[in-house]
Amino acid sequence: MMTNELMLLAPQIILVITGMVLMLLEPFTAPAQKSRLARVAVLGTVVAAFSLMPQWNIHPRMILKGMFIVDNFSVFFQWLFLIIGAVTAYLSMKFNERESIDRGEYYALLLFACSGASLMAASADLILTFLGIEILSISTYILAGFKRDDARSNESSLKYFLLGSFATAILLYGIALIYGGTGSTSYGVIYQLALYQRSIPTVTLIGLGLLLVGFGFKVALVPFHSWVPDVYEGAPTPVTAFMAVGPKAAGFAALMRILLQAFPLLSHDWVNVLWLLAILTMTLGNVVAVLQTNIKRMLAYSAIAHAGYILVGIVAGPDAGYQAVLFYLVAYTVMNLLAFSVVLSLSRQGDMHVHLSDYAGLARKSPFAAAVLSLALISLAGIPLTGGFMGKFYLFSAAIQRGYIALAIIGVLNSVVSVFYYFRIMVYMYMKEPGEQALEPETVSWPVQAIMVLGAIGVLFLGVWPAPILELAARSSFALK
Amino acid sequence: MDIPHILSIITYLPALVALLLLFVPRGFDRAVKLIAFFGSLVTFILSLHLFYHFDATRGDMQFETSCTWIQTATYGIRHHLGIDGISLFLVILTTFLTPLAILCSWQSITKKVKPFMICLLALETGMIGVFCALDLVLFYIFWEVMLLPMYFLIGIWGGERRIYAAVKFILYTMVGSLLMLVGILYLFHANGGTSFDLVEITRQIGTGALQLKGQEEIWLFLAFLIAFAIKVPMFPFHTWLPDAHVEAPTAGSVILAGVLLKMGTYGLLRFCLPLFPTAAVRMANVLCILAIIGIIYGALVAMVQPDVKKLVAYSSVSHMGLVVLGIFVFTTQGMQGSMLQMLNHGLSTGALFLLVGMIYDRRHTRMISEFGGLAHVSPVLAAAFLVVTLSSIGLPGLNGFVGEVLVLVGSFVRNKAYAAFAASGMILGAVYMLWMYQRVFLGKIGSAANAEMKDIRMREKLILLPIILVMLWIGVYSEPFLRRMGPSLLLIQHRIENAGSPEGGYRVDRSPAPAMDGERAK
Repeated sequence: MMTNELMLLAPQIILVITGMVLMLLEPFTAPAQKSRLARVAVLGTVVAAFSLMPQWNIHPRMILKGMFIVDNFSVFFQWLFLIIGAVTAYLSMKFNERESIDRGEYYALLLFACSGASLMAASADLILTFLGIEILSISTYILAGFKRDDARSNESSLKYFLLGSFATAILLYGIALIYGGTGSTSYGVIYQLALYQRSIPTVTLIGLGLLLVGFGFKVALVPFHSWVPDVYEGAPTPVTAFMAVGPKAAGFAALMRILLQAFPLLSHDWVNVLWLLAILTMTLGNVVAVLQTNIKRMLAYSAIAHAGYILVGIVAGPDAGYQAVLFYLVAYTVMNLLAFSVVLSLSRQGDMHVHLSDYAGLARKSPFAAAVLSLALISLAGIPLTGGFMGKFYLFSAAIQRGYIALAIIGVLNSVVSVFYYFRIMVYMYMKEPGEQALEPETVSWPVQAIMVLGAIGVLFLGVWPAPILELAARSSFALK
Repeated sequence: MDIPHILSIITYLPALVALLLLFVPRGFDRAVKLIAFFGSLVTFILSLHLFYHFDATRGDMQFETSCTWIQTATYGIRHHLGIDGISLFLVILTTFLTPLAILCSWQSITKKVKPFMICLLALETGMIGVFCALDLVLFYIFWEVMLLPMYFLIGIWGGERRIYAAVKFILYTMVGSLLMLVGILYLFHANGGTSFDLVEITRQIGTGALQLKGQEEIWLFLAFLIAFAIKVPMFPFHTWLPDAHVEAPTAGSVILAGVLLKMGTYGLLRFCLPLFPTAAVRMANVLCILAIIGIIYGALVAMVQPDVKKLVAYSSVSHMGLVVLGIFVFTTQGMQGSMLQMLNHGLSTGALFLLVGMIYDRRHTRMISEFGGLAHVSPVLAAAFLVVTLSSIGLPGLNGFVGEVLVLVGSFVRNKAYAAFAASGMILGAVYMLWMYQRVFLGKIGSAANAEMKDIRMREKLILLPIILVMLWIGVYSEPFLRRMGPSLLLIQHRIENAGSPEGGYRVDRSPAPAMDGERAK
């Protein structure tokens, strides 16, 4: 029995051990060879991904005394996090070398972050969820400030840390109140108790509210979003890419599990709150993104807006809504990583050149990068034949199915706003002449190039042939019931 | 019907040629142009196959191909193509105008030739797809994807204010189309989430298997209508059009006026009327009045334009208003006239933009005040311009007349006031077109630059000749066209009549029969 549980925990164990090995290897690696550490990290994620294979489609199992749950939902998200981790490691390789932050701890922290995210997705207990959030958050705080000599990076890290710990405290308080109201932190027990309780104690409701605030901060919902632009802008670009997808997906995974497995009976309470948050998040994210001239800030606001779209799916609820959320998270991950990989390939020493005007006339100088970035932007804007469109299609379809017509209409109108700022980057790339300080083409390292090609294929694949991933998402979301 | 998957071939051939162009190395602009031209020419020839093998006695879909595309437990999106008498001519119009658009860019586009041709061909695939798609999602995908190449055509190769025009174009159309997406999804779920297939849903609505509540139907109708009204463009949604038309390169304007606007009126005929007949009947009067405002307003604004291209752009607003009027009077003549007028407008406005482009290539201005007496230096150009102008204002013997008369007769049956106002719009049309012609081509030669202007070359004659021939064909003998579109339009009309209206005033005596319209046209 014990060995069996260990087998089910193998992915986590592999990630953590690889992380520790990286730290041990770090002092013994010559400065010029540090990029090998990135490969070790990637190897770790690949092995972990393979060790997940036998867990797919098995009967859901609770292990660690009912704290950790192994089902398709957790496997789906763990795969997603492993892909995010591997891509981020590859994106970081040359970048870290150039910025002289090429250290083993970086990759170790990345793996720890992935492990924390996985715990969040697989947790069936508020305590373990909290642990997962902390592992993920603390690793990310450090990663954001990894460029120690850079004031912006420091600012980013400190802001993230201060506001993040504040949110964590609120979250923890929420957990405490829920424990007070129900006497348990286990999702299953909370649900069972609610079934037999005449009325829900107010303490539980307040606890749930505080929990939502905490998660709202982690996944950057308006009005808990104010940290996002500064943190995204200051952090090293590969870390920004990671933050835009990893913690967000993890937060939504944990949130979906909590709402559906612990508090389904309270859904009439939280649905209206999330409905409002979705509208605020979409609208503010998109409208403010219009005003941005820094690409990283623009993508930060766009990430906020996309959190709003994802919330639409959660409001719509199972099955269609959750299925759409899972699909959308995959599409969002692919297109966002793709966009950041291009931004990264164009950035120069000191992580500069992220202003819109730096992209003027890019199509002439590096047509490949311009085309790939355009594809990512088209997908983010939700134009057909891309993953972004299919994702929005299923999200809004789920919302309409459940009768949230107003939400769907506000959502599509937001898409129109987003077209404006996404296409503005294309205007600069294709329709303007390069300025004096425009980017000179520079050879892009092969890992980044490979990620650009694979990402572009992925975006198109999700748009033209979404059925396999949709099927995967469906099977994973069924596990939640 | 002997070529299997003919519609898929016609739809995707241009895109394949565009893909092929990607692999042509830099510096082979001539090869790029030739490949693009012959690719689109082959597409045109293939589309003639549709014309000859089209069964004119049937009003339902023909040349259908259907296969599963995205099949999951909850969604069945099919790749379903097919054409009837309505889409047949629009497909042919598209394949006819695209090679001409490529030819007209032969010398005017010198920078980034390859991406230009790729955009044009991708656009062709998108447009044909829109006219052939019979699955709502597939239709929406073509509808949206087509925006991108047009956006780039305007934004990269356009005039001074090209970026403004491109962004305005895409934002306007996106608002409409995304609301339509909500409508499509709503319809899908109202239908029990079974199918996006247009033929299937239309049948269910026709038989009453799918019943929409009154209010629900109106909202759905509006969701679709706004998308199409922006595209047409109907007054008051027309403001994107003058900008887009004026800034677009000649080929872009030709396609925009020739085909893109028809997608709006096509959508009205294909989706708004058969899917929501009751709502269409209830909204008909409002739409007819908006259409008439568009006819007169467009004509009046066109009259005062100092820029030839802008004049032609506003004339489109006016002419498309007539098409919408013909649709929403729900009479056989009105609908046939509308349908024919879509083709006529595509031909004559397309030709006008081509001619304006030719003048612009020579003089690098489009201001009417700069011209004068061009007929002395370029008689062939002037003659061609005259024919096209006369076609546009509906001179008997040319195509415009047949369509206009049919629409006017059709609206007269419904409401005499409509016909009277619409006819006054026609008169205004004659005024601004002829006045413009007079100022540009007649009189004294205005300036030295005008005196040196060269007449059109062989290539340009080859572009204009086929258009003028088709204009004459429709003008003199429109029966092959009317015969093929008749049954499909009748089918739509039946749906409208069966839906009825509270006042019961929409059942109209349908004589003279469709054949008579052909007679009259002759």
